Amino acid sequence: MSAPRYDAIVVGGGHNGLIAAAYLARAGRKTLVLERRPMVGGATVTEEIFPGFKFSVFSYVVSLLRPEIIRDLDLPRHGLQILPLESTITPLDNGDYLGSWADPDETRRELCRHSPRDADAAVVFGRLMHHMAMAVKPILGMVPPDPASLAPSDLAGLLKLGGHFRSLGAERFHALHKLMTMASADYLDEWFEFGPLKATKSASGIIGTFLGPRSPGSAYVLLHHYMGEIDGAFRAWGFQKGGTGAISETIARAARSFGAEIRTGAPVERVTLRGNQVTGVALASGEEITADLVVSALDPRLTFTRLVDPKALPDDLVEGVRRYKFRGSSGKVNLALSGLPDFTCLPGPGPHLRGAISISPSIEYLERAYDDAKYGEFSRQPYMDIVIPSMIDPGMAPPGRHVMSIFVQYAPYHLNGGWTDAKREAFGDTVIKTLARYAPNIESLILHRQVLTPADIERITGLSEGNIFQGELALQQLFFLRPVPKWARYRTPIRGYWQCGAGTHPGGGIMGASGRLAAHEILAAGR
Amino acid sequence: MLKTSPFHSRTAPLVRAQTWRRWAGYQMASAYDPHPDREYAAIRNAAALLDVSPLYKYRLTGRDASGLLDRMITRDMTKLAVKQVYYTPWCDAAGKVIDDGTVSRLSETIYRLTSADSSLRWLHMNAVGMEVAIEDLSERLGALSLQGPLARAILEQVSPADFGTLKYFRLVETTIRDLPVTISRTGYTGDLGYEIWVEAPQAGAVWDALIEAGRPYGITPAGVWALDVARIEAGLIMLDVDYFSSHHALIEARKSSPYEINLGWAVSAAKGPFNGRRALAAERARGPAWGFVGLEVDWPSFERLFAAHRLPPQLSNVAWRSSAPVYREAAQAGYATSGCWSPLLKKSLALAHLRAPHFAPGAAVELEITVEHRRERARATVRKLPFFDPERKKA
Repeated sequence: MSAPRYDAIVVGGGHNGLIAAAYLARAGRKTLVLERRPMVGGATVTEEIFPGFKFSVFSYVVSLLRPEIIRDLDLPRHGLQILPLESTITPLDNGDYLGSWADPDETRRELCRHSPRDADAAVVFGRLMHHMAMAVKPILGMVPPDPASLAPSDLAGLLKLGGHFRSLGAERFHALHKLMTMASADYLDEWFEFGPLKATKSASGIIGTFLGPRSPGSAYVLLHHYMGEIDGAFRAWGFQKGGTGAISETIARAARSFGAEIRTGAPVERVTLRGNQVTGVALASGEEITADLVVSALDPRLTFTRLVDPKALPDDLVEGVRRYKFRGSSGKVNLALSGLPDFTCLPGPGPHLRGAISISPSIEYLERAYDDAKYGEFSRQPYMDIVIPSMIDPGMAPPGRHVMSIFVQYAPYHLNGGWTDAKREAFGDTVIKTLARYAPNIESLILHRQVLTPADIERITGLSEGNIFQGELALQQLFFLRPVPKWARYRTPIRGYWQCGAGTHPGGGIMGASGRLAAHEILAAGR
Repeated sequence: MLKTSPFHSRTAPLVRAQTWRRWAGYQMASAYDPHPDREYAAIRNAAALLDVSPLYKYRLTGRDASGLLDRMITRDMTKLAVKQVYYTPWCDAAGKVIDDGTVSRLSETIYRLTSADSSLRWLHMNAVGMEVAIEDLSERLGALSLQGPLARAILEQVSPADFGTLKYFRLVETTIRDLPVTISRTGYTGDLGYEIWVEAPQAGAVWDALIEAGRPYGITPAGVWALDVARIEAGLIMLDVDYFSSHHALIEARKSSPYEINLGWAVSAAKGPFNGRRALAAERARGPAWGFVGLEVDWPSFERLFAAHRLPPQLSNVAWRSSAPVYREAAQAGYATSGCWSPLLKKSLALAHLRAPHFAPGAAVELEITVEHRRERARATVRKLPFFDPERKKA
């Protein structure tokens, strides 16, 4: 048999797969990335769905991309350009709004309008969340140690982690514990009184999960909003010039500059084995490519039950993957617009259209939206996170025209009766109708509408059950439990078969940490 | 009272946080928003409109206009084509830089000089015995800088000139909405950009036309804070910040030759007599004592200084303009004069004067920074300027 053509093959050209490939190539490994779709990016893609209008089809903002990855791969040189997304407004049902602006004094004045007490609380809350984010941040950069293991590397990791948490001090450690276990609504109730403020803050705790703001465990995800702010690289949420797809292309360029090869339109059928050793991959086309090392950047279900025969794996791993929760809960509506929406609460064009618009008027509103999903329906009045990327990057639409990205929750993957074309359109109509309550001219502006349900997300990107994080960011499947106990360190029981992606630690968002950590583990293992 | 620019009626209502500053005796906006992030982003992403009217502007005409400029500047005036622009320093007899600016050749015999400082006396001193008329247009001309990747697309909406063929450092006399203007493909950002010169009475109308046509292209009025970050990324020096005029420096040590401020490329070795020629030739032969370079701060080392206090790195969105010592192997090798966090390059940058031989690209140095009231040293690497040089600048 001929020698392997590659040292490493990465299955899946999403941002994590590309990052893993870039690090492997940088370390001198001859690396090939295989992507099923015609473009790299996975759920981080920009597509011109309607002529002249560019949609960040799935993921749409960025704040978590690890600064060390930006530096190591020199991403700015390859095209990374993050533009500020400075504000958030929440239109209210009484015709007013709640705004959060780039300037702290303007935000404070705005909050005072609704609750002077909350305006003070926000400052102290911000300080606490800063400390919580500082406490959690090192975890994003570490390979999770298994607390049940006695292996030296696990013990060393646990010791380091224990030392880190002890250094927090009792007060912050307790706060962290509460944050880890509470419902975001309850957590925010301890701090604030103004409903729309609590609702808007709690919304970040439910994104991508099948939880409501009153579900325990939802507070933890709040932290992600603060994580980006302490990195210094972005300060806050940002928007990549050219849409999120430009981030994937940037990483792909970096990977190529280190010598990695990337093939698109090359779906992998299965990983080939000899005994318990990886020998390469077989493409859907029948072509076989040999390598002693294969990294799957697909989600755990695909990694362990599609690319390989689960019979080759231990029962407890297969059972763990079966139990692992995907339950896609969100959809996306992308609009091509002939002009700008006119919000009743802030008529005309203005700075609010350059930021996020959050449809989250109250905790009750969000919880009711969740209630619909709990019983198998999409929300009749969904939570929506809206941005108008063309207001920030004029290149996203023809001059004077606009694109609007609407993240919608809840849209359960397991819809009663299943998703059909009619249900998709009904879902799209619900989104537009809900938005029209706050911006009545929206319907008259729509040139094209792209509606994506979790079933569509699964069909297009391959993400199981359309979960945008390759599986819920719920406490029972985070850190040393992600994706399953004992297999949280990017290894698999098959020699030469590795995993990365949002389904591994530390989870989703355009963060890239799992791609980097997996590559480091592979290289440390001498592969 | 400080002077106000011809665009003041348009810019003043936009300065939301009243963040004004002085610039050459004018009252100018530091930023329009309370923070310059968005204004800076416009320079690199869409188009920023900057009021640069405080520049001094002179019109030189007559048989010896070219000869006067040739005596004054370090570049070769005989090579300056009609409709071409030079960026150049000019020196005293000792070869020390007085100022830097642009020379535009508007026609065979009409020239325009811009400078950071008032240059009227120096022009007259150099014009002795020459047939040249020197006119100070500083207050008569408004100047706008339209900078960013979409600057050309916006100008094409309002002006009949052919911007596709207008090359880097060339100019065209044209109109904007029928108002006469001169547009040069120049700027102080290192990006695709243009500068627009207009008679003061028409200034407001030109501003309005650009804003209106530019809106679909994301045109954003920007102030000096945003400009300062962009010019550091572009490695462009600033008088009174990165160097002192030899006419103002109180001590010799504060004076710099063009070679010492990274403008050696602008000194013609072949041209005829000019101010400082002999001194500069001698300096060229022996090699300059100082180099002006970029410093790129090593992030992990920077981060560690803050982590020691359990702090994340503190970054300002405004450039700093103060002198900071730079060390090499424990001894001081020079000083940085300005710096910033580059939102584009995701790096902490500085412009620095380093003594020979420490200014070689790649040299490892240390930059003094203050962290929690303590003077610390962050590792940094010497880089050739500019830090950022996109193809579109000249394409």
